[in-house]
Amino acid sequence: MVEASPKLSVRDLTVRYGDKTALDAVSLDVLTNEILGIIGPANSGKTSFLRALNRMEEFDPNMTVQGDIFFEGQNITAIRNVYALRRKVGVVFPLPVGLPMSVYDNVAFAPRLAGIRKRAELDVIVERCLTRAALWDEVKDRLDALGSLLSGGQQQRLTIARALSQNPELLLLDEFSIAVDPVTTMRIEDVLKELKHEITIVLVTNLVQQARRLADRTAFFLQSELVEIAETEELFTGTVQDQRTRDYVEGRFG
Amino acid sequence: MPADVQTDARSSGIAHDLNTRGRAWYIDRAVSVGVFVGGVSAIVFIVGIFVFVTREGLDFVIGPMDAKEFFTSINWRPTSERNPTYGILALMAGTASVTGLAMLVAVPFSLGAAIYIAEFASGKMRESLKVLVELLAAIPSVVWGFVGMTIMNPLIIEFFDVAVGLSVLNAGVILGLMAAPIMTTIAEDALKAVPDSYREAAEAMGATRWQVVFKVVLPAAKSGLMASVLLGVGRGFGETMAVLMASGHAINLPTSPFDSVRALTATIAAELGDTARGSDHYGVLFTLGIFLFVVTFIINLTADIVVKGVGRK
Amino acid sequence: MSMFARTPLDQHNRRIEWLVKTLFLMMTVLLIIPVALIMSILIYRGAPALSLEFLTQVPTNGMTAGGIMTALVGTIWIVTVALIASVPIGVAAAVYLSEYAPDNWLTRAINLAIINLAGVPSIVHALFGLGAFVVFFGFGRSILAASLTLAVMTLPVVIVSTRESLQAVPHAFREACWNMGATRWQTIWRVVLPNSISGILTGVILEVSRTAGETAPIMFTGAAAFLPFLPQGVLDQTMAMSLHLYVVATQVPNVPEALPFGVALVLISMVLVMNAMSIAFRVYLRNKRKW
Ligand SMILES: Nc1ncnc2c1ncn2[C@@H]1O[C@H](COP(=O)(O)OP(=O)(O)OP(=O)(O)O)[C@@H](O)[C@H]1O
Ligand SMILES: [Mg+2]
Repeated sequence: MVEASPKLSVRDLTVRYGDKTALDAVSLDVLTNEILGIIGPANSGKTSFLRALNRMEEFDPNMTVQGDIFFEGQNITAIRNVYALRRKVGVVFPLPVGLPMSVYDNVAFAPRLAGIRKRAELDVIVERCLTRAALWDEVKDRLDALGSLLSGGQQQRLTIARALSQNPELLLLDEFSIAVDPVTTMRIEDVLKELKHEITIVLVTNLVQQARRLADRTAFFLQSELVEIAETEELFTGTVQDQRTRDYVEGRFG
Repeated sequence: MPADVQTDARSSGIAHDLNTRGRAWYIDRAVSVGVFVGGVSAIVFIVGIFVFVTREGLDFVIGPMDAKEFFTSINWRPTSERNPTYGILALMAGTASVTGLAMLVAVPFSLGAAIYIAEFASGKMRESLKVLVELLAAIPSVVWGFVGMTIMNPLIIEFFDVAVGLSVLNAGVILGLMAAPIMTTIAEDALKAVPDSYREAAEAMGATRWQVVFKVVLPAAKSGLMASVLLGVGRGFGETMAVLMASGHAINLPTSPFDSVRALTATIAAELGDTARGSDHYGVLFTLGIFLFVVTFIINLTADIVVKGVGRK
Repeated sequence: MSMFARTPLDQHNRRIEWLVKTLFLMMTVLLIIPVALIMSILIYRGAPALSLEFLTQVPTNGMTAGGIMTALVGTIWIVTVALIASVPIGVAAAVYLSEYAPDNWLTRAINLAIINLAGVPSIVHALFGLGAFVVFFGFGRSILAASLTLAVMTLPVVIVSTRESLQAVPHAFREACWNMGATRWQTIWRVVLPNSISGILTGVILEVSRTAGETAPIMFTGAAAFLPFLPQGVLDQTMAMSLHLYVVATQVPNVPEALPFGVALVLISMVLVMNAMSIAFRVYLRNKRKW
């Protein structure tokens, strides 16, 4: 089911904000075409992990990253074109951001950056991505509405559609369902399960059950450290697990 | 690269993508260099001002200038054939008296207006007052000078029964009216910068609005208010046309507000046109320029430090 | 802290409250009334001079008769050339400071330079323009020299207002674009500028009004007291409204009384109309919510 070759190899990844360590020497692999779930209590460093994968330390002078990240064997700090990296990595963060342009332009933004100009081609991409993000039915009649004035949940799904429009090899989702109702969440989850045949997904979630439903393997972060990473079923039911993981998945803290 | 990370043929396409800088990359780099030049130009210009003004004034400074006479003599006779003297004391007194009076007019009114706009006025009233203040700040200084000559002048003669109405009083009031809108705007910004939580905390303890303003808001905004006054001083000090036209432009150590005076800035404006490049007179006017530059630089720097002091606390 | 007594707001306090409020209101009004008076006097005494001929004719009879056409056109020349010089530099500087500049000593130095550039007296700018553009660069007394002087002088206006408009665009939009692989410039061009262009324009209009009213910086760099003809290019001298007001008010004998008032009225109307436009534009923008 899961190919053995890693899409992404992370070695001794440490993330700091000023003096504060948000992630401490984490090493793990993300395998091609798997969904890797990451769970852990608040402030355990999950979001910081995702930010480092897209080299977002460049947006925040306060953030420093140490260690190595290999994307398909390429050390991402050594590559010559970080923009190409970010185009191959789609990200969705918990705060939804609809850009102040039409819904259509929001979704066509990345394809246009990639040089796609033909309206017909863009139309196809926009419809496909919005459909996958479970937003198409709601906005298909007002594609020229401002993306930044949609409701919070709609903007969240617009953000997902934008990430998909990049045609990414790696999709990083950070609590994507935080502002989305349960039924719509299920629809998106189904899409993710299909998508994983084409791409690799890292799913950070506060909902332990979501990780259990979707993830092939799951990693547990606690206080800036990776406690353990295992096949999801093992992590949730197996015997070979850390006491702290068991406490967390069984809801004893967090 | 760790041993367990393998590169295979499949990823070589990706390696190519991640290491190829396309057009967008180079455009971004070119733009970043271009806008950097734009940013640095501000430094180039401020240095350029100093360099070019000094360049024209240098011959005078290292040549005939007598620093003691320059700062302590009240005799400004640059055009005298036999014995030209270049004392700027009277000019400094002129600038100081006019600026001083202007601040007397402007400080209370602009602070009062700022407090009203920031703390008492509400909604539409507040917006309209801000717009009005902004419009006042836009009136050109030559128009103010004209007002001083044609409207204030007869008023002062009539009202105080004096012979000339072009005086410290006239220029000071005009300058005060000119500086007040800008000071109001800056002071209002300073008051608005005081967090609402301060006001709410004081109000929760039962303080009335004016108690809040005097005991909490004003002390908290102190540095910003001081900066607004300093910038007003800088503005008055550097103002040219209005002072030239309204002060009477006579060399004088003023003893009353009804005396005519002459300001440093106005002297340059009035005399530069009649001088030949390279002459001592031309040189001394540029030397005045250096002096004005240095003093305003210090005033602005001080205001900046005063404001930054707030941020650090 | 006994000031903040726990007693309820009593009659006495309420009266003081009212007094204080009224006092501050009076001060605000006293700031505005003289200006309102001045404006009415300018209009009352300047209006008789105004006519279509006043705007379209050349000054005659040693500037004691005729119109102000040459000064009006000259001011338009000076303002236009100054804008062409300052807007690109100012916008570039603002884009650098808002979008690219790291927080280091150089950025602090640039900010300090901008503050000081705004604080340098206009007459010192005039000396600079004379020493640099007229003499050193050899433009002579010309529209070019005068406009460049004004461009340097009003640069801080453009930089500060542009930077404010750029920074009014929330940071989250930029991060969203960067995360899709957009370069800084692509982000600026496709998201930041389209959403701040109107704010930038507001600042430019403000700069125009500043530029049109300045006198001292152009006196020795390119504006002439009297010229019977229009400039043919940027290396010509020209008349200008602001200097014309100074000249007819102070240098020319036997000017009919209404004439300088008419000049002042036209000048101030130009400036205030542009300012009002800029303000109206801003209010309109504020009401047009995009996020
Ligand atoms: N931009 C930032 N600047 C400074 N500190 C930060 C920043 N982002 C995160 N931190 C800090 O780093 C630590 C890890 O935060 P992170 O967001 O990675 O945790 P998380 O596991 O995603 O938490 P949550 O489940 O609440 O989203 C926290 O202590 C947080 O306060
Ligand atoms: Mg998080």
